[in-house]
Amino acid sequence: LKVINCCVWDPSGEIFELKAELNSDKKEKKKEAVKKVIASMTVGKDVSALFPDVVNCMQTDNLELKKLVYLYLMNYAKSQPDMAIMAVNTFVKDCEDPNPLIRALAVRTMGCIRVDKITEYLCEPLRKCLKDEDPYVRKTAAVCVAKLHDINAQLVEDQGFLDTLKDLISDSNPMVVANAVAALSEIAESHPNSNLLDLNPQTINKLLTALNECTEWGQIFILDCLANYMPRDDRESQSICERVTPRLSHANSAVVLSAVKVLMKFMEMLPKDLDYYGTLLKKLAPPLVTLLSAEPELQYVALRNINLIVQKRPEILKHEMKVFFVKYNDPIYVKLEKLDIMIRLASQANIAQVLAELKEYATEVDVDFVRKAVRAIGRCAIKVEQSAERCVSTLLDLIQTKVNYVVQEAIVVIKDIFRKYPNKYESVIATLCENLDSLDEPEARAAMIWIVGEYAERIDNADELLESFLEGFHDESTQVQLQLLTAIVKLFLKKPTETQELVQQVLSLATQDSDNPDLRDRGYIYWRLLSTDPVAAKEVVLAEKPLISEETDLIEPTLLEELICHIGTLASVYHKPPSAFVEGSRGVQHKRLPARMGAGLGAAPAAMPASLGGAPAVGGGLGDLFDLGGGVGMPTGSYVAPKTAWLLAMKAKGLEISGTFARRGGIIQMDLSLTNKAMSVMTDFAIQFNRNSFGLAPAGPMQVLTPLSPNQTIDVSLPLSMSGPVMKMEPLNNLQVAVKNNIDVFYFSCQYPLSLLFVEDGKMDRQVFLATWKDIPNDNEAQFQIKDIHLNSDVASNKLQGSNIFTIAKRTVEGQDMLYQSVKLTNGIWVLAEMRIQTGNPNYTKTNGFRDCMQKQMYDSTSVVRFSSK
Amino acid sequence: MIGGLFIYNHKGEVLISRVYRDDIGRNAVDAFRVNVIHARQQVRSPVTNIARTSFFHIKRSNIWLAAVTKQNVNAAMVFEFLYKMCDVMSAYFGKISEENIKNNFVLIYELLDEILDFGYPQNSETGALKTFITQQGIKGQHQTKEEQSQITSQVTGQIGWRREGIKYRRNELFLDVLESVNLLMSPQGQVLSAHVSGRVVMKSYLSGMPECKFGMNDKIVIDKQGKGGTTDDPVKSELGGSGKQSIAIDDCTFHQCVRLSKFDSERSISFIPPDGEYELMRYRTTKDIILPFRVIPLVREVGRTKLEVKVVIKSNFKPSLLAQKIEVRIPTPLNTSGVQVICMKGKAKYKASENAIVWKIKRMAGMKESQISAEIELLPTNDKKKWARPPISMNFEVPFAPSGLKVRYLKVFESKLNYSDHDVIKWVRYIGRSGIYETRC
Repeated sequence: LKVINCCVWDPSGEIFELKAELNSDKKEKKKEAVKKVIASMTVGKDVSALFPDVVNCMQTDNLELKKLVYLYLMNYAKSQPDMAIMAVNTFVKDCEDPNPLIRALAVRTMGCIRVDKITEYLCEPLRKCLKDEDPYVRKTAAVCVAKLHDINAQLVEDQGFLDTLKDLISDSNPMVVANAVAALSEIAESHPNSNLLDLNPQTINKLLTALNECTEWGQIFILDCLANYMPRDDRESQSICERVTPRLSHANSAVVLSAVKVLMKFMEMLPKDLDYYGTLLKKLAPPLVTLLSAEPELQYVALRNINLIVQKRPEILKHEMKVFFVKYNDPIYVKLEKLDIMIRLASQANIAQVLAELKEYATEVDVDFVRKAVRAIGRCAIKVEQSAERCVSTLLDLIQTKVNYVVQEAIVVIKDIFRKYPNKYESVIATLCENLDSLDEPEARAAMIWIVGEYAERIDNADELLESFLEGFHDESTQVQLQLLTAIVKLFLKKPTETQELVQQVLSLATQDSDNPDLRDRGYIYWRLLSTDPVAAKEVVLAEKPLISEETDLIEPTLLEELICHIGTLASVYHKPPSAFVEGSRGVQHKRLPARMGAGLGAAPAAMPASLGGAPAVGGGLGDLFDLGGGVGMPTGSYVAPKTAWLLAMKAKGLEISGTFARRGGIIQMDLSLTNKAMSVMTDFAIQFNRNSFGLAPAGPMQVLTPLSPNQTIDVSLPLSMSGPVMKMEPLNNLQVAVKNNIDVFYFSCQYPLSLLFVEDGKMDRQVFLATWKDIPNDNEAQFQIKDIHLNSDVASNKLQGSNIFTIAKRTVEGQDMLYQSVKLTNGIWVLAEMRIQTGNPNYTKTNGFRDCMQKQMYDSTSVVRFSSK
Repeated sequence: MIGGLFIYNHKGEVLISRVYRDDIGRNAVDAFRVNVIHARQQVRSPVTNIARTSFFHIKRSNIWLAAVTKQNVNAAMVFEFLYKMCDVMSAYFGKISEENIKNNFVLIYELLDEILDFGYPQNSETGALKTFITQQGIKGQHQTKEEQSQITSQVTGQIGWRREGIKYRRNELFLDVLESVNLLMSPQGQVLSAHVSGRVVMKSYLSGMPECKFGMNDKIVIDKQGKGGTTDDPVKSELGGSGKQSIAIDDCTFHQCVRLSKFDSERSISFIPPDGEYELMRYRTTKDIILPFRVIPLVREVGRTKLEVKVVIKSNFKPSLLAQKIEVRIPTPLNTSGVQVICMKGKAKYKASENAIVWKIKRMAGMKESQISAEIELLPTNDKKKWARPPISMNFEVPFAPSGLKVRYLKVFESKLNYSDHDVIKWVRYIGRSGIYETRC
């Protein structure tokens, strides 16, 4: 539009001029004026002052003009709600227009106007449009329900639009079905617990039929919705997979990726020995490779997803290494992703090829890419032992190029190689030392210093080398300072005679001249160790280090499972759960892969229904530990909650189960009462747990020896072990259980008190406690208030000890008793607590600090080891 | 879903801005400009997250298209949509340029309103869109009721890509098999990776709603039919040729008109085609590829200030065929001061701005050989970094399909109109082009 290009913005003048033109009698002039208004709007100028004049142009039979006015309305209605009402009549009238295109346009636009008063008027026309004879109007109305829901969710529910929307899933027109599915999925996302998208085999069948007929976009909506379904058994799962696989040949990459998502998810349920399972695995590779010939942006999305798929199921692409070779003209983001996948696929079979490629990449221009390539060579060495030697020699070649950042990166990875293969490649140290002067990055300097310290006894001039770093000690970054301190102490322990002066110097630099508490602390620790007990110092400082693992930067399994459920979406591109980047309630719900149930339950393996009971927060059980219900409880023995009903007879064909958990003498037990409320005898009982947060599993089979006759109750005590498979549950202490008898398999979920997991040797050393308490980051702290407990601190402490919560120290501050307590969980996590008891005020505040982030530590049973060796 | 869509020129000025969701504010437009278009660094990812808002962008010449969202959208879908959006715009007004966008901004808003509803992509087939979104605009009131319902049923229907009632005096169709052959070869002549990505592009001018069936020498189909089955196929002699019996296709994808479930079960390709030009299928092969050219490089460093380069190219196909538009690009170091070239055939030139010697040959027959030698003078530098030696790349066009793909038949059935498969005039053409065809040196 010429106007916006040439004129100097003159607010009063232009608006005035436009106003006159808008009110012109000539249709053409009017239209041109509206166009100018829209153009100004686009570049961000405020033309809201023209509202009444533009709305006046709305009543026209010129469709193009009408659309322009609507566009204006959508933009400004919110700022001028009162005037927007002027438009309502036209909308309502247009919704009755004989031309379906105009009816749809009106209902589409109305949904975009976020003004309460207009929304009220929208309901009636929308209701009609949802049942319109024309599919074009219906498909537009379906989306409009989602719009309205975004503005006023309550209204949508009250008006019964959700039911109408559900009916549209059975519509004869595929596009109506697709839009209805999209709208319902979106609405369901903001109501995680509603049973809105009530997917059952019948609706699934309808969706699969529509899948073959609707547009490419509709196919994406439907596939994304299908991925949320939990098939009842492996047979259903297979039949859905069979109907989804043809989508892998679609030209639209998004259709392909969404199909891959459905298949990856449902595959979880298929038994691995099934022929079809193997067929499916083979079918997945070619389409994934094809995605790499799409435009670069899509390649990027595909590669980020392949990165996940390769981690979850490496077998799919293990023979396809070559397609991930980097092309010279690939955009940098594609190059970096390909490199990542190459390392993941590297194996003994293809390592020669991979190394040759990586060496090639290390000579490219882009610094980030080159660094990553060098790092990749190091990772290959660590991953494929047979190639280590070749990798090291490649790295040495690269060091010879003297390109600064290549050298530094190479030294960083060689350090890792030394840790993985101790005492094997020390011959290269001399070459490394030659490059000491060129290192200017902290990470590389720290790595080099570590090497010098670690192999001090083999480097003749180790003291000189380290001394040279000492000169500018205060200008170094913390990382380097810490490393230097440790390295010099190592050196001293190895060659005490010549290096006394040096160690004095570094200790005084670290403790006296530094502001950094970490550095000072470490300095003091070393100093005291060295001055009191040199033998102990040797044991601590020169302790054997644990080997580093082969696969670094793998995505944590729970997160990986969740991301697999999000294939194709932003979450899979960011490698973060949606909750990390989506605001509000949307997407916060964590998705899980269906579980494959073991063979122990016979022929009916099935996923746990996802909707098994809601639960109180983890902290909620704290009050129980004080055993409030039981009056003056015995101070020994942990608290056992009364049995609660877990499975009701009406839901389980007459079997009723109630139960509780107990910890008796270090053994965890599940106490169950099985009651037969059916008419016939029950036999053949078996029990199994789904994967859970702490790996709880039955230690042996459930012993129900006699058949359970009608109206009989049997109490069973089932010992549990902690050796089962681990998966994080929400809430943490949730346990999904399957019980089988001669009639059927039943599922229920229950929650065990966390105190079940407190082990008997959970008393922490006082000094260790003090040190640890300080280390706990604020994020890992939680506070609870426990009210109305009339116990003094000694009784409370006694009581808690019965549940393996040990009091380490007690002090009294300003009339409040402070108890410091420790708890150790079965998986090695320590929980430290501070309990404040206000005498006279029966409220307890309990601050719990977890030594490290709970989720992270859940799988890291080595945390305790690490902690005590520090 | 998509919360908004913006189009910018190269300076970062907004040309089009359409917001679909309430969670996207006006400041999103500026955030993208400041953080991506005006960013000092090179773009490191096509997806950018700025303050919990995600931006997807693509570039067409110097125009930026960006989709914005605050939700966990289907990322692949967003990019597919952005490409589709470009296709639709090109179909309406040609090249995507600042001027064209400014001149057609009303139309673009109209299209955006139609193909994206509340951020959900809707039917975006140009064939359907052009029936009711026209640049004349005032079609609405002149349409009869039948016409209107025909439009809506086409837009929402199963065959959204084709309208009814198309008539041609002459029923004709053109098939182009377009392949790009990609190669990465080591200096020693070892094939590091090679693949063909091919497309079958069809131009159909057929009356009514014709049902088509497409056949090629797909190994799986041929093996199923048995080797003798080829003789009773009359179309084969008409369209096909000699050469390999069948080829192994690694994977293929189809235009949405193809019935995928039928392909999955019977491996037959049947469809009702869109009118005019469209891409029927894409495929990829990696086995038994005919590499039309072989490049043999020889680079010798003579001292620190001189390089000697000799490159031989050999054509490797039937002598009766002619390759065209041959171009060999030999990279030179950044510190090149002068180049002397001698070539037997074609023209060679040192292009300092591109840091390469470009050698062009107009035509070359099969089973021939040609050579170029060059002396490169270098300026002495104290740059420690060694020259990266980028690969020698090549461009060409050959009149056959390097994958060996042959069209066996394309049958047309239209039961309602009185024309049969034999009345349709069919044309087939094979073109093989170089994709990324590189030899390391």
